[in-house]
Formats: sequence, C-alpha cells, structure tokens
Amino acid sequence: MTNVLVCIKRVPDLGGEITLTPDGMSVDDTSLGHTVSPHEECAVELAISVAKDTDGTATVLSVGSPDSVEQLRNALAVGCTAAVLVEAEASSYGPADVAAAIAEVVRAHEAVGTTYDLVLLGNDASDTGDFQVGIRLSYLLDRPVVAGVSTLSVEGDRVTARGQSPDGGTEVFDVALPAVLTVMEGGIEPRYPSIPGRMKAKKVKIEQREPSLRPVGPGRLRLKLPPAQPSQVTVLGEGPEAAGALVDLIEELGVLR
Amino acid sequence: MSVLVLVETDDKGASEVSRETLTFARRLGEDVQALVVGDGPAGLVDQLGTYGVRSVLHADGDAFTSYAAAAWAAAVVAASADATVVMAAGTPRGNEVLAHVACRLGVTMAANVVEVDRSSGSLVVSRQVLGGAAMEEMRLEDAVAVLSVAGHACDPQPAEATTSPAVMPIEVEVADSDLRARVVRTEPGEPDESGSLKSAKVVVGAGRGAGSADGFKDLLELADLLDGALGVSRVVTSLGWRPHHEQVGQTGSRVSPDLYLACGISGAIQHWAGMSSSKTIVAINNDPDAPMVTKAHYAVIGDLHEVVPAVVEELRRRRPA
Ligand SMILES: Cc1cc2nc3c(=O)[nH]c(=O)nc-3n(C[C@H](O)[C@H](O)[C@H](O)COP(=O)(O)OP(=O)(O)OC[C@H]3O[C@@H](n4cnc5c(N)ncnc54)[C@H](O)[C@@H]3O)c2cc1C
Ligand SMILES: Nc1ncnc2c1ncn2[C@@H]1O[C@H](COP(=O)(O)O)[C@@H](O)[C@H]1O
Repeated sequence: MTNVLVCIKRVPDLGGEITLTPDGMSVDDTSLGHTVSPHEECAVELAISVAKDTDGTATVLSVGSPDSVEQLRNALAVGCTAAVLVEAEASSYGPADVAAAIAEVVRAHEAVGTTYDLVLLGNDASDTGDFQVGIRLSYLLDRPVVAGVSTLSVEGDRVTARGQSPDGGTEVFDVALPAVLTVMEGGIEPRYPSIPGRMKAKKVKIEQREPSLRPVGPGRLRLKLPPAQPSQVTVLGEGPEAAGALVDLIEELGVLR
Repeated sequence: MSVLVLVETDDKGASEVSRETLTFARRLGEDVQALVVGDGPAGLVDQLGTYGVRSVLHADGDAFTSYAAAAWAAAVVAASADATVVMAAGTPRGNEVLAHVACRLGVTMAANVVEVDRSSGSLVVSRQVLGGAAMEEMRLEDAVAVLSVAGHACDPQPAEATTSPAVMPIEVEVADSDLRARVVRTEPGEPDESGSLKSAKVVVGAGRGAGSADGFKDLLELADLLDGALGVSRVVTSLGWRPHHEQVGQTGSRVSPDLYLACGISGAIQHWAGMSSSKTIVAINNDPDAPMVTKAHYAVIGDLHEVVPAVVEELRRRRPA
C-alpha cells in the first residue's frame, strides 16, 4: 500500500502573445485559460497508477490561489483520491517557500497517521521554471531524491525509476522509500478524465490549509518581454502549389549537390 | 575570489554547453575554476586551458564511479571555498546538481540564466521563464550565487590567452545519505548520430506538426533528397516520436546549416537558440502568425503533409535519377 503525494501548480496556458500586469511582476492572465505543466500531468498519471497497483492512495496538492481548485479537480477526475489546497499568493512564493509549504503538509498528515511513501513533482514548473522545488523538499524531509525520471515502479519498500542519461541512454535508480521523485514528461501517456470521473471529482471535499511560514519570496525584480521584431519574411506561397517556388529557392541557394 | 564552473564531459572533452558556460563565466571578470567529477577524457585539461581556466579541481573516488546528484553537489560545495559564483550549464544534470548545491549552501538558485549584470554592485541575472516567452530579472544577494546558464545562450569561445591550469585533487566528504539515490545501471540508447546533424549543410526541422511517429516519412525523404539531416523539436522527442540525438535547441544540438527548413515548428525561443545561426531559414507552417514564420527568411503557408510531398515530387521531377 503506497501513499503517493503529487504536487501540481496552476499556471497560465500561454498561447500567442502575452502581456504583463502593470507592475511588470507577473503575466496578465485574466483572459487566459489555466493548466499544469506536462511534466506534472505525467506525475499525476504515475501517482494514480502506483496507487492502483499497490492498493494505495494518490493525494494531489497545490500551493496557490483558490482558483487552483480547478487543477486539483482535474487531477481528482483522472483518479487522484484526495486533494489539498494550501492557500497562498503564488507570485510571492519562491521555490524554497513552496517546498516549505509542501513539507508542512507532509508533516501534518504524518502526525495524523498518513505517511507519504512517495512524493512526486514535476521536474520544472512551466511558468517560473526554477528546477528545484522537489530537491528542496527532499532536503527539508531528509529523503532521497531523483530528478527527471520518466517511469517508475514500486516494489515493496523500494522504487525503481528510470530517466534519460546525458548520452541519450537510460539511467536506472533503485531507491528506498520514502522518497521524492521529480518527473519529466515522455515516459507515459497521461489519461484523460471521463465524465463519471468528473462527476465524482466534483463531490470530493478538498482540504484547505493556510501555510504557517512567512514566504521569503522569489527574488524577482521584474519580468521583461522580448522586444517585438518586425517580420521580414518573404512568403513563397500557400499550400502545395508553392512547391515550385520553394525548389527554385533551394536551387538558388546552391545547397543541391 | 573566483567563479566555479561544474564541467560536464563527453568522450571528446568538455561538452559544448559546458564550454559555453566557461565562456559565459569569463564575463564576470574573475578567475575561472573548473570542477571535473570522476574520470575526464584525455586532453581535457589542455582544452580547459584554451578556455582560460586558471585551475582544474578534480573530485575522484568510489563515490563518483556512478552518478549520484547529492555526491556531485558535495564535490561542488567542497570546491567552492573561494567562489563567489557557482555555475553549470542548464542541462538536466547541471540544474539538478546546482539545486542540491543551493540547498547545501542555504542560498537561492537561478536557472537558465542568459545575462549577468554587476553594475549595481550586486549580481542581477536575467533568466528565461514562461517557456521562453519572457525574461525574469532576479537579484542574487547571497555570498555565493548559484546559477545555471541556458544552453546556447552564448557561443563557446576560447579565451584570448590560453592558460596552463594546475590540476588540484579535492577531498570530498560524501555521506552515506548522499548515495541513497544513485545510478545502479545504465542502458544504452540509440546510437548518437548528432554529429551528422551538426555538420549537415541542410537540416529539415520537424515539430509537433508532423502529427505522430508515423508522420516523418516525407520529411525524411526530403532530408535525403537534399543530402541533409533531420532535426526535431523537443515536443517530438518528448513524445517519443524521434530519438533525443535528433533534437535541436537549448537542450539539444545547435546547428548552423546553409538551409534550415522548419516544418510544423512554432519557433519557441528554446528551439530558436539551436538553429538561429542557420544561413537561410524557411518555415513551412499552417499558421502564418507562428513565430517561426515571422522570424524566418522565407515561408510557405500550408499543411506540411501536403507541402512536403509536393516539394519531394518537384525535386524528383527536376532531378531525374
Ligand atoms: C527549459 C526548456 C528547454 C527547452 N529546450 C528545447 C529544445 O532544446 N528544443 C526545442 O525544440 N524545444 C525546447 N523547449 C520547448 C519549447 O519551449 C517548445 O515547447 C517546443 O520547441 C515546441 O515544439 P513544436 O514547435 O514542435 O510544437 P508547437 O509549439 O506545438 O508548434 C507546432 C507548430 O506546428 C504548426 N503545425 C501544426 N500542424 C501543422 C501542419 N499539419 N502543417 C504545418 N504546420 C503545422 C503549428 O502551427 C505550430 O506552429 C524547451 C523548453 C524549456 C522550458
Ligand atoms: N505552487 C506550487 N504548488 C504545488 N506544486 C508546485 C508549486 N510550484 C512548484 N511545484 C512543483 O514543483 C515542480 C518544480 O517546480 P520549480 O522548481 O518551480 O520549477 C513543479 O513541476 C510542481 O510539481
């Protein structure tokens, strides 16, 4: 019976152009949809399958605004069994603050009898991309951590995890539980929620908590957008009819042997 | 006072992104020290000398025969005694080790930095956030600044004056707990053919627009007809459609062919970082507003699954076998 905690972050779904808030400190997301990173979708999937395979539980947690309930319910809809929201102004939280808030939940739940054998996070969040919350969490909990794993399997009190090695091969880790793992997308396909799944998710009561620590903050001075560059492109044409013009260009460039 | 760079190596020497990081480190105007963990390839020290490295710190021993991030971090901390800045390339491994280092030193870490500025007295960095759509300015105020350098944010350039670095073995105390998460086994991937990608005169780039693992037939044929190589976006490797060694961009290869034909690639900054120095860039994309289209020299607007076969056919027609 493995109890898994999986941590997800509500982030704006960036499509085309973005604008900043007037203070230049964050993205103006009022007209944007929200999502979680693909790494975290895979982490949720892995959490659910470990819980299923071991008759355990998969608890999803987010530190952020009350709107993060949307992302928590999506995770419940695909099979997470419980959800926790730590209410916080995400933009005033740095990676160390988020790790501290997650550690606080892990300890509080442990005090009432639930030990998380496995804590899963994304390798990097798709907005701030700090690449460190999971590792910071492992130090706070004094647990081993492996970053960037794409698949894992739990056998008794150990987890075997695989990730990509720098030379493009696979590295295998075999770690004693409890452990922290950060997940990189690519190893598995996250499942989609079913309609009954969504109905069930609506009824789950989400545990709401307030963090007790004052955040130190992310150290951000400001965000900057890259200057808009005037387009210089020459459009050769549209559709397959443009093939002739493109091959003319290729010939002109002299790249054909 | 010095800048310490954790150097990653491959069988030829310091990896390209590590050489970029050494180049970037020199901008701070302090002595640059390199840390090498475990066995390095032959000629590494001389190569580091061409990048102006003052001294090479070397951590070796049983703890480093297979990779454990915490043990590597212990080595970085041991080597950082007189460093004001600790850097590594923004690779998965570089970011992982530095995050451990930041925890051990109790300091902030900045990932994927592209600029550093000390004009205000303290160190202000700009780093990529929001998937490259924006830059974050961040002040690093700790006694030691820990930062990773975004891949291909600068060119790897040898220093004006070559040095002959002294090699200094360092003592690293590795605790048992640092080896709790350690590589127990490695399995080889597909043979790395990124060499032919990097030297190709024509690269046919393919992104999510390819549609599926089966969507590359025409693109491969086009690359073949142009005597070029296939390069892909990270989405394509993440989805497992093509092997990692074909990836172009910040966390893949950097290419600068005479012609880069970007098919179904949106042109995110991390991809652009790997191919922006191509002589001529042509985009094939069904979205006329995609950044790859507006930044390219030439574009064809349309479905690549229609355009690419038509181009293949036209090339064949003009060049009868
Ligand atoms: C830290 C970090 C490192 C990264 N490193 C890299 C890297 O090294 N390399 C890299 O590539 N990315 C990298 N990325 C990811 C990068 O941000 C983008 O997500 C990625 O490059 C997008 O890939 P894409 O263009 O294939 O997909 P998308 O952004 O989804 O774009 C697909 C494009 O194809 C077009 N299209 C769709 N269908 C068709 C069709 N039938 N015909 C023609 N056009 C079509 C669409 O209009 C769109 O423009 C990194 C991201 C981060 C955060
Ligand atoms: N506010 C948050 N709430 C819950 N999990 C988070 C939060 N921020 C980051 N994480 C987790 O930590 C991972 C790495 O984030 P980062 O270190 O910020 O790049 C993310 O992929 C999430 O899994």
